Parts: sequence; structure tokens; C-alpha cells
Amino acid sequence: MTGYLLRRIAGGLAVLLVLSVIIYAVFYVAPGDPARLACGPRCNPEQIRQVREQLGLNQPVYTQYWHFLQGIVAGHDYSTGTGTMHCQAPCLGLSYQNDQPVTGLIIQRLPATASLAVGAMVLWLLLGVGTGVLSALRRGGITERVLTWLTLAGTATPVFITGLGLLMLFCAYLQWLPFPSYVPLTDDPEQWAWNMLLPWLALALLEAAKYARLTRSSMLETLAEDHIRTFRAYGLAERSIVGGHALRGALAPVIALSAADFGSIFGNAMLTETMFGLPGLGQLMVTSTKTIDLPVVVGVVLVTGTAVVVANILADVLYAVADRRVALR
Amino acid sequence: MSAATSAETSGGTGAEKSRSLVSVSGLTVDFPVGGNVVRAVDGLSFELAEGGALGIVGESGSGKSTAAYALLGLHRGTGARVTGSVRVAGHDINALDEAQLRGVRGGVAAMVFQDPLSSLDPYQAIGDQIAEVYRVHRRDASRRAARARAVEVLDRVGIPDAARRARSRPHEFSGGQRQRALIAMALACEPRLLVADEPTTALDVTVQAQILDLLRELRRETGTGLILVTHDLGVAAGNVDRLLVMKGGKAVEHGPVRTVLDAPREPYTRDLLAAVPRIEVRRPARAASGDEPLLEVTGLRREFGRGRNALTAVDGVSLTVRPGETVGLVGESGSGKTTLGRMLVRLLEPTGGELRYRGHDLGGLRERELRPFRGELQMVFQDPVASLNPRRSIGESIADPLRAAGRLTEAEITSRVRELLERVGLDPHAYHRYPHEFSGGQRQRVGIARALAPRPRLIVCDEPVSALDVTTQAQVVGLLGELQRELDLALVFVAHDLAVVRQVSDRLVVMKGGRIVEEGPADTVYERPQHPYTQGLLAAVPRLAPSGAAALAGPGE
Amino acid sequence: MTQEIQQEIQENDISGARQVLRRLRARKSALAAAIVLGLLVLFALAAPLLAAWEGQDPTTYHDGLVNSAAGGVPLGSFGGVSAEHWLGVEPGTGRDVFVRLCYGARVSLVVALGATVVQVVVGVALGITAALGNRLADSVIGHLTDVLVALPFLAFAVALTAVVPADFPRPVLLVLVIGLLNGVGGLARLVRAQTLSLKKLDYVSAARLAGGSSWRIARRELLPALAAPVITYAAVLLPSNIVMEAGMSFLGVGVKPPTPSWGQMLSTATTWFRADPMYVVLPALLLFVTTLVFTVLGDALRTALDPREASRLRVGRAGRAGRRKESAI
Repeated sequence: MTGYLLRRIAGGLAVLLVLSVIIYAVFYVAPGDPARLACGPRCNPEQIRQVREQLGLNQPVYTQYWHFLQGIVAGHDYSTGTGTMHCQAPCLGLSYQNDQPVTGLIIQRLPATASLAVGAMVLWLLLGVGTGVLSALRRGGITERVLTWLTLAGTATPVFITGLGLLMLFCAYLQWLPFPSYVPLTDDPEQWAWNMLLPWLALALLEAAKYARLTRSSMLETLAEDHIRTFRAYGLAERSIVGGHALRGALAPVIALSAADFGSIFGNAMLTETMFGLPGLGQLMVTSTKTIDLPVVVGVVLVTGTAVVVANILADVLYAVADRRVALR
Repeated sequence: MSAATSAETSGGTGAEKSRSLVSVSGLTVDFPVGGNVVRAVDGLSFELAEGGALGIVGESGSGKSTAAYALLGLHRGTGARVTGSVRVAGHDINALDEAQLRGVRGGVAAMVFQDPLSSLDPYQAIGDQIAEVYRVHRRDASRRAARARAVEVLDRVGIPDAARRARSRPHEFSGGQRQRALIAMALACEPRLLVADEPTTALDVTVQAQILDLLRELRRETGTGLILVTHDLGVAAGNVDRLLVMKGGKAVEHGPVRTVLDAPREPYTRDLLAAVPRIEVRRPARAASGDEPLLEVTGLRREFGRGRNALTAVDGVSLTVRPGETVGLVGESGSGKTTLGRMLVRLLEPTGGELRYRGHDLGGLRERELRPFRGELQMVFQDPVASLNPRRSIGESIADPLRAAGRLTEAEITSRVRELLERVGLDPHAYHRYPHEFSGGQRQRVGIARALAPRPRLIVCDEPVSALDVTTQAQVVGLLGELQRELDLALVFVAHDLAVVRQVSDRLVVMKGGRIVEEGPADTVYERPQHPYTQGLLAAVPRLAPSGAAALAGPGE
Repeated sequence: MTQEIQQEIQENDISGARQVLRRLRARKSALAAAIVLGLLVLFALAAPLLAAWEGQDPTTYHDGLVNSAAGGVPLGSFGGVSAEHWLGVEPGTGRDVFVRLCYGARVSLVVALGATVVQVVVGVALGITAALGNRLADSVIGHLTDVLVALPFLAFAVALTAVVPADFPRPVLLVLVIGLLNGVGGLARLVRAQTLSLKKLDYVSAARLAGGSSWRIARRELLPALAAPVITYAAVLLPSNIVMEAGMSFLGVGVKPPTPSWGQMLSTATTWFRADPMYVVLPALLLFVTTLVFTVLGDALRTALDPREASRLRVGRAGRAGRRKESAI
């Protein structure tokens, strides 16, 4: 088990390293002049040259990349016109916009994204798995037909349409809720929850529909397996068969999906944040893209990539623990 | 049919209930398929006395398993329509409500399924599964008592160190142990009837013999009634006292086992018995048509995987095949016989040793360099479904080697394919029909035609008939023999069924754990086996005639 | 005799396509979805004609039709519906909504279809090369797909738009970005796994014994068998591409204004949902119907091609762990 974990972690690190190379190549080497971007629109050639030297952009690409990695591990010193500025490890560089360390900016934005993701995840797992199991058990009935169409419609609705629909219904038409504005959990838990309610729903409905479909098909497949027949032939009640035996096998692929899907979930979280004006990573990403603030963009992509890799390893381990038949290779 | 009707009496009288454990009359099972109704069981009637053993035998599609499932009401909720009466230990199965039926299942009648791996929950320890079943039927039993009972029955069925093994999951058991565990589950609640659906079909022959011994012993001890569903008349012969032969959902013949086997009344039963390969019957002696070896392997090896996980499937095998002879290659699962067969035609690359075909070393050749030899070394595969591309017409599949050789015109190819189809006993105009339009036996004929197309000198047959019914088996084996004589083919016949191999082989090679343990002329090996492993293997083969078994166990004729 | 043989040769290759079509037609929902899709395509193709018929164009401002005192809310009911402007005008600018929706459909469909083509070509090529190539190719492609799956693709796609030169044609960029990032990794994994299991089938072994070249075997035995799972996967990717395009436009990094797109319209609508609900409903409805139609068709196609494939595919998509489960059993 330990060996397996170590191998998976090593593999994950390798993937991250490749990812960082690709990202670095795409953003710092590809067309466009980072020095010009960093300096701003009204810089003269001399100023741009200075900035280029300050950022080390005049050095060979591999040296730059090496410094970038060094910064992540050990921190980095930047010379500003007057002196040096230390950027603590893990240093992802300084924002072109306000010269603040990217790491700090990301940490600032993390709570909002985490609030959104964790809350929505609880919602969609409950909703999705529940709906999926129900529709598998009511196979052939009217319940199943209704649920099938509901989930189909759910998967076809992009998160920004759900969001707009919820806003129109609850804020404009019924006026039950104010337009959401982010309140940190530590400031006022009640306000936090009320304000997060619509974003949670918007993100969760889409994912729940997807999970309901997956759970349903996985459940049906498991119920058709031979060992379920054995327990029927030995007089177990349908309830204990489903709860005690089928559910466990059926949920294994659901666990795997929840991790493999992390990338797309972040995409949807980004849309949700933009829609509801939540100050999270997604919003940071969008604004930095528009101002072409490369260090921030690269930082966010790397951080989310890391999250995806970690989630994948976690899911593999969970899956292996759930299903001992899987050889830990 | 007449036997079945005579056994049938008006069900439900008090006197009869005390006498018979199972009483089935007029059982009919219909499955709705698309808009049609398929009748799987058609007016079946039989009785089983308390403590008796009934074998239900028949070929695939005869409805034998469907009938067995009806004994536990397992068709409920599947959409199947069950009519007629089924009484098990006084319970009218079709009239019971859900809760009562659950009480009967496992408590009164317990089922043993064919594939023990998939029939157990892979996520749960075996002991827990048995304990759970026990507590369903013994409501007052504590968890501790249920677990103790699980260990007790596991121990009873011969699982060593049962207390510890009860905590293992199914995949940690061997195939035979899993079937023992499934039987333990069946025993847990002391049922009065065991229904075993092909309980040994997935097992090796020596393990099969052990499981059958166990069933016999348990029955003697507990007096449980047994219904044994099997396609193998040999398995039924030694383990039941009455036999019911089914065909197309109906009972063909029904009577005491020896009467049915020794003096069958119905033509179908006679055909069935005639088709069963007999291990004790000699094959007319034939000699190889040439002394010069066609294929010669020395010290052939094959490993899979690398490093710590490396597995040696074939471990230094040497063997010679001469033109026109049949070499039978037998062994149990994991013996390396299939790997060896695939290396002989170079579908697999040996990792060591030499493979010479008419003097050319084929062992290390690359795909491109092998092409000139491909046509001469062909193979017939085991699974008639997987061995034909479902998206291509059978004519195209057969024409493949001819096209690849590129020497014939389209018209010549088409007429050659027709000729081949006719030769293997199929309609010569079937060129553009697809595999799904054919039965298993017909598909195997297509596979043979494809192997014959490039005019090979050697064909490796990898379990060519193990997926077929016994009557079809006999026909395909017969066809292979004819073709061999006619075309002077060398055959390597890989199989686990020793009786089938005896029908075709001139020489026999017995493999175990990747090595050859015994080799020699077929009659010599079958009648005077030298190696203890071969002796065990031969002794484990179930036989139709009890007298024949005794004669063969002796030192020879 | 020879004529008969000729005929047999011609009849040799009867494809299963006709059968699949028949099964599709038998499903009412699929038929309805196909009709709606046809209408949508017509709507997009006929955009210039429809614009001429209405007598409007997608870019002209109509300042007189919006209430500039109230911030630009369209005058009149239902967002300014009139005989000249059938579906009203855009808040703020007064541009014609109907024509903009027509042209938006073009962007949406063209980008989604183009991206799907890219995904299928790249995914199949990667998957087959990994399965049939040597150990090195397999390991390089394996890592590449791992990275592709690990990428938070919407974030990465958004980020990419920051560094691509402004004069690079946007629709092409969108096709490439969505095509190369969204789902290619998953498709490559699927194709690889399928090819590997096909390779083990006896009929492929038989084709090798027939002495055919590798290319011949790939073309005759492997590719036709891959068609069904690939088409099915593509049918899942297509609606997801539509949503991706709309999402990127929603975030402001899609096609450049003044080219109209549904996502952009929805993005504008977030600020107008109270004052001009009509402007939210129309693009949302169109986008929803389009993705729904593709999803319904994809579902129907999946069951028509192979009812068992459907469940296997969903499990297969669950990523590494799912894949391992299959190989372990």
C-alpha cells in the first residue's frame, strides 16, 4: 500500500512537472513580450529593457524556468528600482498589475472558491446519488421516466443559465433572497450560508444531474451482477441487497468520476463565481486574463492543476480501498 | 416423455406431500422477448423424493436452468410468466408471498451457482456473507453465533483454517475453494433441498471430482435432497439416482439413472449418449505420414511480465510434430497449454528456446519476416463468437488469407471460398452472411474453413469444441478428423477434456505448470499412465459407465 | 456463374449503419430532437436571409429604441418587441435581438462541430498510436493524456486567449483550444483501452495468421470496431463543446464583439435580468434547446449503437481508476 502510494505520488509529481513546462512554454515563450506586458502600455523601449533585466527575461529560457521552479521551492528575490523584495516560497512570481506576490493573491481568493466547491459538492452528491439510486430502483415506472428527463435537462443546462434562472426566480420575481454578495464564513456564518445558497444551487444542479445519470447506470449494472442474484436466491430482502451489497459496488465508479471531473468542476466554479461576483480563484483568473497578468494566470492554472492531480491520486486510493480486487500496481 | 408422465401424479394430496420433497407439474416458463414470447420450459413435470437426487441434463437452450430457477421462484420480478405448480417441501412456490418465499430461499431450498467468483460479493469477507444469510433465516441468532456458524460450515466443506479464512474475500480463494464456500453458504441453514446449477462446469477436472465427492458426502451425512443441473452426462451419472433428459423445454426421458444411461428408450437420448466422448475407447491406430519433423521445438520458454511479477507460463518445453499426425496437448488451467499453442503458430513470441518449422527458425522472426510462413501454420480458436469479426461477412473472413497472399483474382477467391464452405458442411452461398446468423457449431466450421483457406500443413486447435454442445462437439471433431486424413494435415489439439482429446490424438502430451510431465503414444498414456499427475487426471474424469471406470483404474488391459 | 460471383463481391460489405438508423428512427424522442436540430441548423445557415427578411442587421445601434435615462432599458413591452424588431432589441445598444440570435447560432454550431472534429481526429490518433506503437510511444502519450486530463481546461482555455496575438482569427482559436483541451485526453484513453482489448480478440489474431500487414489489420478489424465507441463519445463531447464556447464567450474571451454569440448575450444579460428578462430568456432558451437536442440525440445514438456499450462507456469515462477496474476483472 505504501509503495503504491509513493508511486502514485511520484507519478503525480511527474505530471505536474510536465504541466508546468507546458504552461511555462505557452505563456512566457509563446508570442507576445512579457516585459512589455509587465511594464504597462506607456513604457518606452528603455524602460522595457530595464524591466526585462529585472525579471530575468534576458536570460535563456531554461534558466528562467529553473528560476521559476527555484522560486516555488525556495522563494525568490526581486530587485525593484530601489532595493530587493523577497517573495516567500512557494513563490509564483509577482503580479504585473500591482507587484504583489501571486501566492498571496491566490491565498486571498481561496476561501470563496473553497466555500463554493465544498458546499456545492455536498449538495450534488446527496442529490445526484439519491436521484440515481431512486431511478434505478424504480425502473420502468413513471418516477424513472420523470427523473430521466429531469436529469437529461439538467445535464443540458449550462451553469450560467441555471444561475440566471435562479437569480430571476429568487431575486427578481419572488424576491426571497438578495443578490448574493460574498461574506466570509469567519465573519458571519449565517450570512455566509444565505449568500452562498444560490451559487451552491447553480453549481450543484448541473453536477447532480451528471452524477444521477452515472449512479443510475452503475447501479443497474451492479444489480444485474451474479452475486446479487445469489443473495436473492438466499432470501435476503431487496432492501438489504441494495443497501448492503449493490450500493457499494455501484458507487465505486462514482468516486472515480468525482476526481476525474475535478477539472471541469473548476471550470464551472469559475463561471459561477463570475456570474455571482464571488471573489474566488475563477474571478481572479478572468480578470487577470483580461489584463494579461501572466504570473497570476500561470499561478492559478498551476494551483488548480495541482488540485486536479491530488484529487486523482486520492480517488485512485479511495477506489483501491473500496475495491480490493483492484491490484495496487 | 412417457416416463415423465408416469411419474406425474395429481399433486397436493397429503400422502404425497410426506413422500416427495419436490413436486413439479405442468411447469411452463415464458419469456417475453421483443414482441414475441419464448417458451423456455414447456409443461414439465417431475418428482423428487425426500433425500433423493435428480439430475436434469440437456444441451444449451433445453431449459434445464430455467426449470431449476423456478424451484426457488427466481423468475419473480423478471417479467417471465410462470404457470403450473411447483411444490418444494410442501410450499406452493408460485403462490407464496414475498416474505414467505424469502423464507424458503436458502432456508428450505438452497442454490449453488455455476461461477463461484461472480456469485459472491467481491467486497465482503466470505464468512460475513454466510453469516448474513444465516441471520436472515435464524432471526434469533446473534452476530457472534452467525459468525461461528459460518466458520463451522466452512470447516465442514473442507476449507483449511476456516476461522481465519472466513475473513478473506472471494478473490483470495482458489476456484475450487470458492465453490466450497458457496456450498457452505447453501449448508448454513440446513436446507432440505440443494439445487446445483452446473456447479463444476467452471472448474478443472480434478477439482470437479473433489467438489462432487464433497456433495456426495454431505448428502449422505445430512440427507439433503439434490437437484443437479448439468450438461455433462458423466457428472450426472455418478451423482444422482434419477435422470431427467430435457430438450426444447420438454422432458424427453425420465427414469432411474442406470436405466436411462444403459437402456435409453428415446432416440434423442440415444443420440446424446452416442455423442458423448468415451475416454475408454481406443482410436484406430494411425501413423504419421512422414518421419521428417514438421515442427520441432526445443527448450521453448515464455514469461509474462518483468521483474518480481514475472510469470513463467511455458518453462522449457521440447516437442516434435510430424506431418499428418495429431498431437493432443492436455492440462488443467494454468498449465501453459494455450500459451504453448499460440507460440507454435507464432501468435506469441517465445522468450527463450528454439522453434523450427521445416528447418527454419521462426522463434525470433519479426511480423514482416513471418509472413511467408503464415499460411502454413494456422489456428482454430476456442470461442466461436470472438474468433469471427462480427462486422465482416464470413466469406470475407475466410478470404482474408487469400487476399493477403495476393495471388488469386477476385473470382478465383470467391469460388475457393465456396469450395471451402461446402467442404466444412456449410451452404456454399453463405459468402455474404454475417457471423450472428450462425449457430456456435456453424461458426466453428467457418473458423475451420478460414484456417484451411491458405492450404496449411499444421493447424493448432485451441479448445475448438469446449464451447459447443456435446452433439455439435462430436460433429466438429469428426470433421477435423476427416479433413486431416484428406489433406494430410498435422494437428495440435489443445484441450482440457481428456475424453475429447483421446478421440483425435495419435500422441499425447500432458502439461502441468508450464512443463511437460508425460508424453507418448495416446493409447499408452491413457491406459498405462506413468506420472502420478496423469494418473490423477485420468482418474478424475467422470464416466458414464461405472464398470468402465474400475477397469481403467487398473494397470492396463 | 461469374456474374453471380461479381454480385457476391459487391454485396460483401453491408454496413450496420442502416440498422442503427432504423433503431434511431424508432425512438420518438430522437426523431423529435433530430427535427429540432434540423430547424436550428436551418436557422443558422439562413442567418443572412432571415436578417434581410426582417430588414435588420446584427451590428447597427438603435439608440432611439432604448431608454437612455433608465440606463438603456429597451422601450416598449417584452424588451422592445415590434414589427421591425421581432424579438426586441438589446438593452443599452438597441441592436436587433432576432438577427443576433441567428448569427450567434452560427458561431455556436461551427465552433462546436469544428472542435469535435479536432477532438476525434487527435484523440483517435493518440489512442491508436499508444495502443499499437512501441513502449516509448505508449508512455509518452500516456503522460500527455494524464496532463490533458489534469488540466482545468476551461481555466487553461481562458488563459490561452491572453497570450494569443489579437489578430489570430477567434473562431479558429476557439475551435483549436476547445478541440485540443476538452475531452481529448479522455477520448485517447478510451481508444487506447478499446484497441488494446480488441487486439486480444481471436479474430484479430486470425487476421494476423492470415498474413495481413498491420495497416490492413488496423483498417479492417480495428477501426470499424472503434467507430461505435468513438461516435458515442463524440456525441457526448459535442454538447459539451457548445457549452464551452458559450462559457468562454460568457467570460468575455470568446468571439470578439461585435460578432454576436449566445454566451456573450447571456453575459450582458446578467446585469439586465431585472429590467429586461426577455433578453435573458431568449439566448438561454436557444442554448438550452441546442445542448438538450444534442444530448438526447447522443443518448439515442448510444443505445442504438450498442445498449451494453452505453454503460461500459460511462464507467470507462470515470478515468484511471475506472479503467483499472475493467482490466482487473
